[in-house]
Amino acid sequence: MPAVVLVITVLANPFSVGRNMRWIWIDKFVEFESGKRAVAIKNLTLAEEHLHDHFPGYPVMPASLMIEGMAQTAGILVGEARHFAEKVILAKIRKASFEGVARPGQQLRYEANAELITEQAAQTAGTIYCDGERLGTVDLIFSHIDQNMRGLNFPEENFVFNEDFKNLLLSYQLDRSAAENKT
Amino acid sequence: MAMSREDIFANVRDTLVDALAVEPEEVSEDATLTGDLGAESIDFLDIVFRLEKSFNVKIPRGELFPDDLLNNPDYVANGKFTTTGLEQIKKAMPHADFTNFEKDPDVNKMPELFTVKTLVNYIEGKLAA
Repeated sequence: MPAVVLVITVLANPFSVGRNMRWIWIDKFVEFESGKRAVAIKNLTLAEEHLHDHFPGYPVMPASLMIEGMAQTAGILVGEARHFAEKVILAKIRKASFEGVARPGQQLRYEANAELITEQAAQTAGTIYCDGERLGTVDLIFSHIDQNMRGLNFPEENFVFNEDFKNLLLSYQLDRSAAENKT
Repeated sequence: MAMSREDIFANVRDTLVDALAVEPEEVSEDATLTGDLGAESIDFLDIVFRLEKSFNVKIPRGELFPDDLLNNPDYVANGKFTTTGLEQIKKAMPHADFTNFEKDPDVNKMPELFTVKTLVNYIEGKLAA
């Protein structure tokens, strides 16, 4: 599906996203196993403007944004595996298929498994659930661009993983220690 | 039992159909990955990942697609491979057919070395090792 690939590449392009722009499509992590697996959830609400346009009278979560949600879940999984030293860029959507729609009031669950993480790149396999029902599959390839695009100079700082992304992981760790303290 | 060349080809073809979203008929032994099948740089990684899984082999970086020769001034001058460079790349890619490339070893023509046959040869050698 070349059209979708193009859209996502543009959306996920870090150069097009300003430092202060909010572009977070997951609400929180509920599982995180370093280098192996990450699970994030996203609640859908009619407070999200885009749902009013997609589509008027029939709000459903755009598939492209669910791919972005999976890319963020899986991207943070891949980034954390190398302690955020690499600039991890979504390079290819190997597969994206959706079997249903997700609507306001429902909850998306992004389950990402790292199939392979190498010096240059990573491959993840992902399943999306909506209110517990399987909704689709999104398999991705990420590139560690400093290793992969020799000859091109990228900024020194890691522009991929900004504070917003790191805070998601921090919140998860805080939730976990709070839960452990309770028991 | 060892895989026949036909089996390897069939498997490579399926891999390319999945990785590049091409039709099986397009995948002939002589098809070039970039020119004929439309592969882009990241697709090469995808192809390597898929081949590793599909044939249960390990493909070290640079073995199938050497990527470290182009930056060496002894090997490449004025956009063409030098005699030494050509020897090196032939050594690095025994799985590729250099018959045409040798006549004009322009670096821009390097993608022509990456054909379906190159992949099949490589996997054949890898499985026999």
